[in-house]
Amino acid sequence: MLLLLPQVLFDGLLLGFVYAMIALGYTMVYGVLELINFAHSEIFMIGSVVGIEVFRSLTGYVPNPYILLVVAVILGGLISGLTAVGVERLAYRPLRKRGTKNRLVPLITAFGVSFVLQDLVKLLEGLWHNEFFLSMKNVGELEQSVTLFGIFIQYKSFILIGVSLVMLGALTWLVGRTRLGLAIRSVAQDPSTAGLMGIDPEKIISRTFLIGGALGGVAGVLFALQYTTVSPYVGFLPGIKAFTAAVLGGIGNIPGAVVGGLVLGEIETLAGTFLPVLTGGAFGTEYKDVLAFLILILLLLFRPQGLLGQIVKEKV
Amino acid sequence: MAQLPEEVFMKRMILTALVLVAAMGLNAQVIKIATQSPLSGGQSAFGEQLKLGAQYAVEEAQANFKKLGFDLQLTPYDDQANPDTGVSNANRIINDPDIVGVVGHFNSGVAIPSSEVYKTVNLVMVSPANTNPRVTDRLLANVNRICGRDDVQGPAGAAFAVNELKAKKIFVLNDKSAYGQGLAQAFKDAAVKLGASIPDSAFVGTEEKTNFIPIITQVLAFNPELVYFGGTYDQIGPFTKQLRERGVKTPILGGDGLDSGDYINLAGAANATNTYYTTVAGPVSSFPKAAALAKGFKAKFGKDLEGFGIYSYDSAKIILNALEAAIKANGGKKPSRDAVTKAVRSIKYDGLTGLVTFDSKGDIAKADYFILKYDAAGVYANNKVIKSVSVDAPAAPKS
Repeated sequence: MLLLLPQVLFDGLLLGFVYAMIALGYTMVYGVLELINFAHSEIFMIGSVVGIEVFRSLTGYVPNPYILLVVAVILGGLISGLTAVGVERLAYRPLRKRGTKNRLVPLITAFGVSFVLQDLVKLLEGLWHNEFFLSMKNVGELEQSVTLFGIFIQYKSFILIGVSLVMLGALTWLVGRTRLGLAIRSVAQDPSTAGLMGIDPEKIISRTFLIGGALGGVAGVLFALQYTTVSPYVGFLPGIKAFTAAVLGGIGNIPGAVVGGLVLGEIETLAGTFLPVLTGGAFGTEYKDVLAFLILILLLLFRPQGLLGQIVKEKV
Repeated sequence: MAQLPEEVFMKRMILTALVLVAAMGLNAQVIKIATQSPLSGGQSAFGEQLKLGAQYAVEEAQANFKKLGFDLQLTPYDDQANPDTGVSNANRIINDPDIVGVVGHFNSGVAIPSSEVYKTVNLVMVSPANTNPRVTDRLLANVNRICGRDDVQGPAGAAFAVNELKAKKIFVLNDKSAYGQGLAQAFKDAAVKLGASIPDSAFVGTEEKTNFIPIITQVLAFNPELVYFGGTYDQIGPFTKQLRERGVKTPILGGDGLDSGDYINLAGAANATNTYYTTVAGPVSSFPKAAALAKGFKAKFGKDLEGFGIYSYDSAKIILNALEAAIKANGGKKPSRDAVTKAVRSIKYDGLTGLVTFDSKGDIAKADYFILKYDAAGVYANNKVIKSVSVDAPAAPKS
């Protein structure tokens, strides 16, 4: 069984990158708004549905799966990002304008948006294709595999890791080296002072939702490619886990989200594979989720700022 | 001032017209048959078959009931394969006095709590598809089923796995629902008795619908000769696809939850071929009497008739026949729910699926079980029946 460890670690890496990219959406929005955008799991789901529909509908015109993949990633990121911006404008901004001090209000709104998006997609897919479960088809060569060092790797897995690294690199450059990134960091630190410096916080908030949403959408496309079957409710559990990952790494901390995502992906895959064997069947595979959340609880008890976060002391 | 003769006449005409219309309305009394099945969500393929089979039977019988002075209608409900939804629908059903019988459910986990609601008014339920033993082992007077049970289906699968597929090491999965876990446990107990090796770590339950990789790694490590999955096609389909993508060629055996054309869609035609399943609803080809129904079904609904559609048709016919007998026994008037329930339990009906009589707990006296293999070319209608057996219903449990 231990001989399979490299395979399991690799599989955990794939899951980890998906969680990392979704977690970035949660962490960035929390950074600028101190709001946990629970609708983000549905933004991810929309990306996965777009991915499947691109491969399903355009395969007649564009037989090359690599080009289809590029189209899917771009469209998925764009549609998800724009949906996130739309959600912010329609659901969260009016609450901010009203001056609601109670932070539970936008949180509950986020849940409501989540339900609306789930059922909207369910309705659309029901009317368009009369399907609930959507299956990724026509990926052709992407499903072929090689075995390196005893690890079974499909072409699409290489792509998942490659695209994830590119997106993460692009985000790091954006946040660290561009004016937009500077503006985002300043709004995250102190919106009113940033306003005094000539930055329009509302515009920056919109842009943050766009970027976070786009990342979630790309994660969705890659998820649909890797795990092949999605449904309108597929966003729920990965969303919660990615949020857990963001908190694990330190909520609001961008590298933290990546670290948290990778760590959580590895824990989940290792636990899912080895728990039954290690416990003689007493704890089944389903306890992998319990283990992941248990680790979160323990971490928050002893290190509430997360792995990479810092405790911000409020000066009065 | 006093009314003019014309006004009096008009008023009398209107009054007479109203009385006549009311009388006509009262003459055609409404009687309804309800169905409850998952019409949306992941198992809607099954739910639709259940609804449409009953609908066909009801619409066929409408003319006959009109002659008896009744307006027969079907009221379908969507239980979403969710016990809470099923129970809340059941409460609406029992409060509609025109509903005299229910054809449903598809999921045992929904049927069991919903039937407790029907029991409060003794509303009869005839199930074409619920296989968990507890559905009838509760000895309720109003719950009946015309299909087989998992405590026979599981061992039938086990006998096939060990004796015919010659599988000694079996990895058993279940979906943690009342149905899936019950079926997998029944399979495991019977298979172990026949000499198969299924350690505790190879009996895995999961509700996972998309990422099966950790489980597949366990399967690879265990290296079984067969994988048994007690669950439904919406889970087993993606599992099969990912299993085959990893290059695992081990055959898969499942229960009636696997019996759907959508399994081929989700797993991919090439991946579905090495899959076997036991079912309590035989394919259309096993029932020569159902050929006419299959044609009419396709013409009317534009969908192919599948196994559960035939059983649903028979379930509805049983309620309709019992209803007709109860109407006649009641002198042509609408019967009480008690009368219909009693008439169903004591019925002897020769249906498309065979002769139906119920034992003291509502199980069909002798049920059919089928073992099939998915077609190599991926055409669901061509799934081959490898074997079929007729088994008496197990006795009521000792309380």
